[in-house]
Amino acid sequence: MGAIIRAEHLTQIYGQGMPDASTAIDDLSFEIEEGDFVGLIGSTGSGKSTLINHFNGILKPTSGKLYIDGQDMWADPKQIRKFRFLVGLVFQYPEYQLFEETVEKDIAYGPINMGLSEQEIRERVKQAAELCEIDAEMLKKSPFDLSGGQKRRVAIAGVIAMRPRVLVLDEPAAGLDPEGRDNILSQIKAYHKETGTTVVLVSHSMEDIAKYADKVIVMNQSKIKMYDTTEKVFARAEELLQMGLSVPQVTKIFLKLREMGINVPANVYTIPYAVKTILAHQAEKKGEIV
Amino acid sequence: MEDKAKIQAKEIRFRYMQDMPPAVDGVNMQIKKGEFVAVLGANGCGKSTLSKHFNAILLPESGTVTVEGMDTQQEEHLYDIRQKVGMVFQNPDNQIVATVVEEDVAFALENLGVPPTEIRTRIDEAMEMAGIFKHKHKAPHKLSGGQKQRVAIAGVIAMRPDCLILDEATAMLDPIGREKVMKTIRRLNKEFGITVVSITHYMEEAAQADRILVMNKGKVVLEGTPKEVFSQVDLLHSLRLDVPQATELAQQLRKAGLDMPEDCITEEECAQALAKLLA
Repeated sequence: MGAIIRAEHLTQIYGQGMPDASTAIDDLSFEIEEGDFVGLIGSTGSGKSTLINHFNGILKPTSGKLYIDGQDMWADPKQIRKFRFLVGLVFQYPEYQLFEETVEKDIAYGPINMGLSEQEIRERVKQAAELCEIDAEMLKKSPFDLSGGQKRRVAIAGVIAMRPRVLVLDEPAAGLDPEGRDNILSQIKAYHKETGTTVVLVSHSMEDIAKYADKVIVMNQSKIKMYDTTEKVFARAEELLQMGLSVPQVTKIFLKLREMGINVPANVYTIPYAVKTILAHQAEKKGEIV
Repeated sequence: MEDKAKIQAKEIRFRYMQDMPPAVDGVNMQIKKGEFVAVLGANGCGKSTLSKHFNAILLPESGTVTVEGMDTQQEEHLYDIRQKVGMVFQNPDNQIVATVVEEDVAFALENLGVPPTEIRTRIDEAMEMAGIFKHKHKAPHKLSGGQKQRVAIAGVIAMRPDCLILDEATAMLDPIGREKVMKTIRRLNKEFGITVVSITHYMEEAAQADRILVMNKGKVVLEGTPKEVFSQVDLLHSLRLDVPQATELAQQLRKAGLDMPEDCITEEECAQALAKLLA
């Protein structure tokens, strides 16, 4: 499959020409393949938010180009609206953006703005609600009567209902309890698998990135420092730590074992993988004794 | 040992509205001087509501909360209680009011009418303790989330509280920001003897506390040292909670028939146990 997002020398300078001008993203060139589930990590101020705002056409590049599905996003600024429907952006704490009388109306807001037929809108709301596990009863409620986790799901459904080719989520699980986190992220993963939608997930939780992303982009000081499979990225723990990032706790355990001189791989980043590795190690050891 | 209790809650019950189920439902607990207590629980379990009782933001519908023996219901204690128990919330951007870091840290003291020379000493000390002294002349919006949280902490510390309550103060931070805030909190607790109550969804953070309280549906359902609490893996999962990955890994290996200890909660402990096994 081809690249759904392609950046060429993408640069954003805030306050250009002013004494306090700062470069938020600096000469980025990369591609995101259609159908990928990409994690985006980087410490605060590394340029992640600026980058994802570009995906949705909220910012216009200071220089460089961004192509969505092969089309130059800013070739004609009047056409920017169509790119906003191609790339759906779920902001941090999206539940604060709910405003309609009912959950149903809130989810329908995007599709209505797209100028779709009533029939189409109804279908999309229904499907988006199902994907986010919002039942018929909840659809009739006011979004303000829901719990934090439920509101979050409604906000995500509102973006999904526009059926974007790329779904970008900025910390969708922040502030949720562990089960709420797992629920929301596994729903996004299931949606990705079912529909083939490209997903870009921004998170500060290395454990979550390790569990859900297939590839990881690492940003540091306005640049992309790594872009590789999850396994290969988390194998570079030292570099990540230097950038103010981290690796999952289970990876840290394996790094400690290596420091103690025990021969285990450095690229273990999930618990099932860790269990498998240790059991294999044990089996091998027994084999040697026999 | 009641005199040693910094904060004591007796049978407290609280409802936000008459026709709603209680958010806090018959909680008995105490926090001792100098202790570092973590409070865990699913969203909506009542942990934030409970913590807001500790400095009289909320008052119990029934039962009593005392801070160093002062009843939070009695209005004449309000200033003393608020000075003794400081709170830091989740979103750093909602807690910063001034345009320069040091002015923000001084905000509460100015309002309390502390003399300017004393303000200077106290805010310098507070900024030093929170590790943001070198940023004192910066504009808060130019700081990272972790730095902003430490500005918020410094603002509270400047009031010289005996107790610091953190309501998911690290939830919005990146890994290094989280680590630095936690380091600051541990330092305030260990070096300066400030009592800490930390509400968190990060199990690795709770593992650093002296004691953990687990809440569910307005009640404290589990209480103990991190080792005692995290050994209850199945119970925690049933309460929508988690355990640190170190504990989870050890448990899964135990289930697979390997000899792993039940009480391993830190990376170090898990690595040591594994090293023994694998060597």
